[in-house]
Amino acid sequence: MGRIMVRHRDIVVPGDIVAEGRDVEYKGPFLERYGAKIVALITGLVTIEEKDGKQVVSIIPLEGAYIPRPGDIVIGLIEDIGITHWDVDIASPYRGILTVQEVLDKPFNPAVDSLKRYLDVGDYILAKVLSFDRSRDPLLTVKGEGLGRISEGSIIEVKPSRVPRIIGRKGSMINMLMSETGCKVLVAQNGRVLVNCPSRDLEEILVLSIRKIELEAHTTGLTERVKEFIREERRRRGV
Amino acid sequence: MTKGDKPRLITWEVKDGERIAVRHDGRLPDQLRPIRMEVGVLANADGSALVEYGDTRVIAAVYGPREAIPRHIALPDRAVLRCRYHMAPFSTEERKSPAPTRREVELSKVIREALEAVVITELFPRTTIDVYMEVLQSDGGTRTAAITAASLALADAGIAMRDLVAGVAVGKVDGVVVLDIDELEDNYAEADMPIAIAPSLKRIVLLQLNGVLTREEVDKALRLAWKGVEEIYRLQKQALRSKYIVYEAGQGGGAGR
Repeated sequence: MGRIMVRHRDIVVPGDIVAEGRDVEYKGPFLERYGAKIVALITGLVTIEEKDGKQVVSIIPLEGAYIPRPGDIVIGLIEDIGITHWDVDIASPYRGILTVQEVLDKPFNPAVDSLKRYLDVGDYILAKVLSFDRSRDPLLTVKGEGLGRISEGSIIEVKPSRVPRIIGRKGSMINMLMSETGCKVLVAQNGRVLVNCPSRDLEEILVLSIRKIELEAHTTGLTERVKEFIREERRRRGV
Repeated sequence: MTKGDKPRLITWEVKDGERIAVRHDGRLPDQLRPIRMEVGVLANADGSALVEYGDTRVIAAVYGPREAIPRHIALPDRAVLRCRYHMAPFSTEERKSPAPTRREVELSKVIREALEAVVITELFPRTTIDVYMEVLQSDGGTRTAAITAASLALADAGIAMRDLVAGVAVGKVDGVVVLDIDELEDNYAEADMPIAIAPSLKRIVLLQLNGVLTREEVDKALRLAWKGVEEIYRLQKQALRSKYIVYEAGQGGGAGR
């Protein structure tokens, strides 16, 4: 009979024995089985789920870099222009590649046209990861609804590991942020957050709330505390 | 290393009819120095840690996984681990030239090899993970304190590892095998054996020996090291957890992380 050594939402560190026994399952790259023991490989929060009568453990990392996955929506910064592609910084160890076919609908002739006309160095783009398998740099696309150059708003960078917390369970946190501040918030998977606010004060409150979430991501009851914080700040600033 | 007249490093006391060895600083042979660890001490690094073994003080900073620069050093199937062990010019009694010495280059290499045994580099191919260890104050056992700090900083950076690594130096002083030798003991020791262990994996990832030990003494030294490492390992886990538990208590704090 398998034994689980930790409770749901416990903090584990590398080398911690999470569970013992063959009938306990695990998922994700952050756990490994040594003999009968399941050992944590990373600092994170334990999640224990019940699935088909078996207990499944996984770890939500508390720190770590952004690793692209196909289908992710990311906010990229154009870093360099090649002959038929752009190099895009996507806040990851891997550099995003945006080819001209993924931007323009017409044929592109580098002899008579320049990529600079479409996207220049320093532009922020909202893009989707087309493919990535770690052996080659991730390919991006801006074809799709709402994707393309970002022309207004502010960008806040947070740790990529905090993204699930800023969105919240079924979007609870992000919906609360939007309804409490009246700002439009878009959280990209790579830890960049695009915000559009009706006023400077509201934007400042929103930024402070996001920083608070980033700092206290591993705690419980955070949505309520942030809501309280926003209301308090709005009262104080009179907005 | 200044060698004058050899001081008395071990005094024998009689307690309850037993002869016990007491070291120059009052420790017993199997006693560690006071150890302090703190995680997340640098705001600009992805992960960092400060470790003190008595008066030895080492800070470690980890950057990565990040894009490999220059690009030709990148490996197609795993991340490159780069380590730098360095002693600050002010860390020793006499000023140390800040240029990397032969000793520092060697220690950087053996520390890298010790950490490569636990870091799961296959998760981040074509990237680098940079580990910088800076000895701020040296009082013996700096390489083992550096490894302890580096593994904490790696865990703090969210890098997947099979286990933490804890290091400690054992040695033979005046014929007695002792744990966690300091600079004074090291200077006059018959032997000095730094060891780093991944305790959960039950693996020794670094072992060096300076001087002469008999077979029995090596056995004894290893047992002693294992005992010390287990205590250090416990403190490491506690330090990693406390970074998050502080916030749970609602006190805020931390160096901007």
